[in-house]
Amino acid sequence: MTDIAEPLPTVAIPSSQSGDLSVRIRRGAEYVVIPLLALGITAFLFSLFLLALGKSPIQFFELVERGGFGTAFSLQNTLQRSSPLILTALCVALPARIGLVIIGGEGALVLGGFASAVVAIPLVLGKVSPLLTLCIMASAGMLIGAFWIGIVGYLRYARGVNETISSLLMTYIGIAIMNFFVEGSLRDLTNPNKPSTMPIGDAYMVGQIPGTDVHWGLIAGIVLSVLLYILLSRTTFGFAVRVAGGNPRAALAQGLPVGKLIIICCAIAGACAGLAGFFEVAAIQGRANASLAAGYGYTGILVSFLARHNPLAIIPVAILFGGIVASGGLVERRMDLPDATVLLLQGLTFVVLLMSETLYGRFKIFQVRGAADRT
Amino acid sequence: MSQSAFIIVVLALIGGALRVSTPFMFVALGECLTEKSGRVNLGLEGTLVLGAMSGYAISYHSGSPWLGVLGAGCAGSVLGAMHGYICKLPRVNDIAVGIAMMLFGTGVAFFFGKPYIQPSAPRLGSFSLGAWTGNQEIATALQINPLLIVGIVVALVMAWAFANTKWGLIVRMTGDSAASARAMGVSVDLVRFLCTTAGGFLAGIGGAFLSLYYPGSWNQGLSSGQGLMAVALVIFARWSPIRCVIAALLFGAAGAIGPALQSVGITQGYYFFNAAPYILTLFIMIASAGSKRAARDVPGELSITK
Repeated sequence: MTDIAEPLPTVAIPSSQSGDLSVRIRRGAEYVVIPLLALGITAFLFSLFLLALGKSPIQFFELVERGGFGTAFSLQNTLQRSSPLILTALCVALPARIGLVIIGGEGALVLGGFASAVVAIPLVLGKVSPLLTLCIMASAGMLIGAFWIGIVGYLRYARGVNETISSLLMTYIGIAIMNFFVEGSLRDLTNPNKPSTMPIGDAYMVGQIPGTDVHWGLIAGIVLSVLLYILLSRTTFGFAVRVAGGNPRAALAQGLPVGKLIIICCAIAGACAGLAGFFEVAAIQGRANASLAAGYGYTGILVSFLARHNPLAIIPVAILFGGIVASGGLVERRMDLPDATVLLLQGLTFVVLLMSETLYGRFKIFQVRGAADRT
Repeated sequence: MSQSAFIIVVLALIGGALRVSTPFMFVALGECLTEKSGRVNLGLEGTLVLGAMSGYAISYHSGSPWLGVLGAGCAGSVLGAMHGYICKLPRVNDIAVGIAMMLFGTGVAFFFGKPYIQPSAPRLGSFSLGAWTGNQEIATALQINPLLIVGIVVALVMAWAFANTKWGLIVRMTGDSAASARAMGVSVDLVRFLCTTAGGFLAGIGGAFLSLYYPGSWNQGLSSGQGLMAVALVIFARWSPIRCVIAALLFGAAGAIGPALQSVGITQGYYFFNAAPYILTLFIMIASAGSKRAARDVPGELSITK
């Protein structure tokens, strides 16, 4: 088992002590300041990199600001893109809390989207009501996602198969399965351009949140984040998960059903990614094709790590990266940079972030006197 | 299937094993060295892609493919050294760093690789083991590239060195028990840093093979998970360089199933056969993860099997 999952700062301190709140804030601040520091260092290094290429870093950050957050249009575009990022980040965060590093969110997203597009075909042809159709589509997407990542969890528990490698392999397999059907038996022959499934049609698409251009996936992502936060920090199940993630042997000795917990966590995680796929199909693409594999699953890994696998923190981090992804096109066109610039920036952020892990517990300011012996 | 079609498929599988296996072999050997020292580098997928890009770019600019191979190795060792250095810091998890290096290596390769998608660079040559038969098909199937020979030699040297040299003993000891290595006055961090760097060098060469020999051009879809499969392969090969070579050949053959069946007119399920290597890897992982023999051969410090 890997030890990347940190316990929530709030649970480390018994709550009966007086001055409890200030202790909690000082403890918690460490988990905010260090990731922010990592982001700052990344921005600095990336600026140096741009200077070395003869580009202006100021222009870069201006364009990211304008393309991602500056106008009402760009902000809505950003929120649109942060919805799948929240959901795929949850797919990393939940297993991480029980000690598993799962990076297969992309596969669950693709298959979830594909499954919802497929179940929609007979329903649309049979003129079933849109609301019922969408409910069935969402359930299909979540089920197949839960199944896909659930397998990874099962293999991890039952056979000791490394979950990081197997989840990424499952992603490649999932994409191949979708391509097999989309280019074969389920291909919509009326569409000569790109192999796709039959479009579900405008009447069956998920609408926008009233007053915005953002689809309902954002609300779903935020609600799920809050629910999973409550599940992890306020329920017996969440407590068991955190115990099993912190020390699996102790959890087994306490009689906790570790295997069951692992599989349930993975299944919920996969369902989140599958739901992201459903929204990509039902709110954006309207059909399943190769564009489903747009890399949201991989960016979601970074989002979850930056948020320290805390479902609530995932929301702002996902919006930040949604903005960076959304502004990518503008930045690359205006500054004449290759289209892998955003990917490079993400990789750099990830590397710097992991280096910053070593800083925890190094700063005196966050350490509370007398609290050390209680943790 | 008629008998001649069967022979064509078998020949294609052998040819595929000889042709496609080399990158698996180099990455698996690099990972084998790294894991023997007690650390996991999951980032070799990124190393493979960066090696492919830099090998192609250097070959294009210098006109010498062998300089490209060397450059790819150096680029790979830079990524390996980064991984080795970051993992040395306290409280840093090597699996997570591997995922980050996978993203970072791919990002760097795609960023700088864009101008090299169009032009064609000088490629590595090959020779045939089957030329004496005078049969065109057999001669084509038995085409051998020089890097395959290099890979097999590296594997033999590694296997010999692990068993017979002081350096091999130090690496194995570091991997099996960091505490005893420290007691012997060996710097665990230094050994692991050097092993990860050397492992990155080998993986980079594997990447150069992809862009300079087969498929023989640089594009962004060049390696789809081959580096990752090679990492899984090492568990199957139970940390033995010789078994890494055999496993890589097996994988090469599995990867050639799709094109081989296509060549005799079976085009149905092309995408399914494309998925064959991934499915095979998964089954191999399931079969080897719980086995007693794997549990006996695993380096004691490794976090991947715990």
